[in-house]
Amino acid sequence: MFLQQLINGLTVGSVYALIALGYTMVYGILGLINFAHGEIYMIGAYLGVIFFGIFTVMGLTASNLPLSIILTFILSVVYSSAYGYTIEKIAYRPLRHAPRLSPLITALGVSIFLQNYVMLSQGAKDKVFPSILSGGFTIGNATVSNLQIFIMMTSVVLMIILNLFITRTKLGTAMRATAQDKKMASLLGINVDKVISATFIIGSGLAAAGGMMIAMHYGLINFYMGYVAGLKAFTAAVLGGIGSIRGAMLGGIVLGLVESFGAGYISSEYKDVFAFGILILVLVFKPSGLLGENLQEKV
Amino acid sequence: MLSYILIPAWFVLLTLPFLGISGSLKLGAVLLVCSVLVRVVRTQYIASLLNLWGMRIESFKNRANKIDSRLSLGVILLILILLPFSLNRYSIDIAIIAGIYIVLALGLNIVVGLAGLLALGYIAFYAVGAYAFALLSTHYHVSFWTALPIGGLLAGVFGLLLGAPTLRLRGDYLAIVTLGFGEITRIILNNWDTLTGGPNGVMDIGRPEIFGYRFNTPAAFYYLILIMAVITAIVVKRLNESRIGRAWVAIREDEVAAEAMGIDTTKMKLLAFSLGAAIAGVAGVFYAAKMSFVSPESFTFLESIIILCMVVIGGIGSIPGVILGAVVLIVLPETLRELQDYRMLVFGASMVIMMIFRPQGLLGSSARRMELEPVDERALEHEDESLYDIKKGERLE
Repeated sequence: MFLQQLINGLTVGSVYALIALGYTMVYGILGLINFAHGEIYMIGAYLGVIFFGIFTVMGLTASNLPLSIILTFILSVVYSSAYGYTIEKIAYRPLRHAPRLSPLITALGVSIFLQNYVMLSQGAKDKVFPSILSGGFTIGNATVSNLQIFIMMTSVVLMIILNLFITRTKLGTAMRATAQDKKMASLLGINVDKVISATFIIGSGLAAAGGMMIAMHYGLINFYMGYVAGLKAFTAAVLGGIGSIRGAMLGGIVLGLVESFGAGYISSEYKDVFAFGILILVLVFKPSGLLGENLQEKV
Repeated sequence: MLSYILIPAWFVLLTLPFLGISGSLKLGAVLLVCSVLVRVVRTQYIASLLNLWGMRIESFKNRANKIDSRLSLGVILLILILLPFSLNRYSIDIAIIAGIYIVLALGLNIVVGLAGLLALGYIAFYAVGAYAFALLSTHYHVSFWTALPIGGLLAGVFGLLLGAPTLRLRGDYLAIVTLGFGEITRIILNNWDTLTGGPNGVMDIGRPEIFGYRFNTPAAFYYLILIMAVITAIVVKRLNESRIGRAWVAIREDEVAAEAMGIDTTKMKLLAFSLGAAIAGVAGVFYAAKMSFVSPESFTFLESIIILCMVVIGGIGSIPGVILGAVVLIVLPETLRELQDYRMLVFGASMVIMMIFRPQGLLGSSARRMELEPVDERALEHEDESLYDIKKGERLE
């Protein structure tokens, strides 16, 4: 029981961490809770189903399964990044100088729009993701599916790449500089608009990867899946300390574990209550999160 | 020139997997026509068209001020009183729903519009009121009139309990906490079968009675909600013009400055939050009495968002604006039945468009416009502050 819940928790937690990264990066730079981020995750999952379906019709899945999975992944991630980029350009950029409330409401608007866009174009019914990578093994009395291993491995690899990107590359350094001080960064010759676009592109790509993997894991997706997942990923970001990239990774894993153990040992119906309860407790008692810096209201 | 082709092409590519080839091409064609139109008409003209709307609103307001406002209000009230005689049952029902949402939007307006606190789980307080009456009525046969203050009080206490620890947090954190609270409330209502009946809800809730007259026609409920809406509007208006209202506005504008002026900001924010909650609770009691049935699915996150839309689209902080917003968002989808599916799509898009082009809402005041579009360089700088400045507690200047 314990081992099983641990593995389930780590699987879900690593996906939460992937989505939380997008929240935390955007918040770090813009100070905006990007409510539409959960919808990008949903769109990523839908794109996964759509592209995989196309490859199946083309016969690629039957002849070369790994290639079709990789192609689906790449296409879905690229497409979702394009969505993220477009959303930022249309909905958030004109409001760069507006007070806090305005972009938050816009983000909600984008979220509602995207949900209904997908519902109207793809139907309100659940979509099925064909089960691939079936099979697995047992450790003790816990069963681990190959898919779970795949999800954890992919998440870890993506997070390592992101960490290297943020700390080692020029664009990553520019992103950190912009997060610290937009005005100073622009004075030093950093194109802040480009950095913000890059942030949305990377965040959306990670969320789409998470969405696709969850779609494979559960096998079912729907147009409202992004709302709860987005909320939980946001919880994870807050839990780890919003604005902190390592915090988001840690927060995602911790949240996944709490949820999994809560569902396993207490009650699965109240699974979501644990997540939101943690969110409220963290915000009330330690708003800076586990790895975040202390927040202080500025005069 | 090229961008006029590239932008539609980009959207065709983006929507291709979702809309299919013909759908995305249609969208591309529409966008191409639009972009050509924009090229001909220019964006400035569109913006000035929106400004024209604003100017018309202003001049209408001026004229309305010149005419005795009491007289015009009296005429509107008379029309509202006579309305049920000219409507069929179905239309009266819609009018009642609109009335409930007017009360809710006015309540949320205190929180969002006056005190500037973004609450995203507002529907939870409505649910508290509705379930309070539902359970009191079915278990203890408490009458509607006793339940009305109880429901309001209970929701207010919930607001107080939720607000006390969270209101010292920054605005967007509050939004998330209230959102979480809203979800928790709905999940508990859905799963606590022994008390709330779970997803089946509570049935056979008592109807209001007065002097032996039982409210069972739509018209009776219509008048009841009309009275409640009028009272709420008066309360909100009076509060807005009072010392408390000015304190709220001060907090909304600049919390630190307000505190320096001797306003107990925590107390005032708490007051706004619990008052808004109490109004939602009262509306919830009415809803339970009207429907005589409550279930968790009436209290979803979407409802919170719709109420927020009413406040935003109508005009944050403006009472006539909020009322207009509620009426528009309830009546318009009813009249455009065939567009029902696209309702939320249009909602979402209009929220974005509204925030970009007319952030003060349909009937927003010009003062509010100034706040939302800071022209002053210093004001801009203030808005420009990133989280980093807050993090470090540094000063820019």
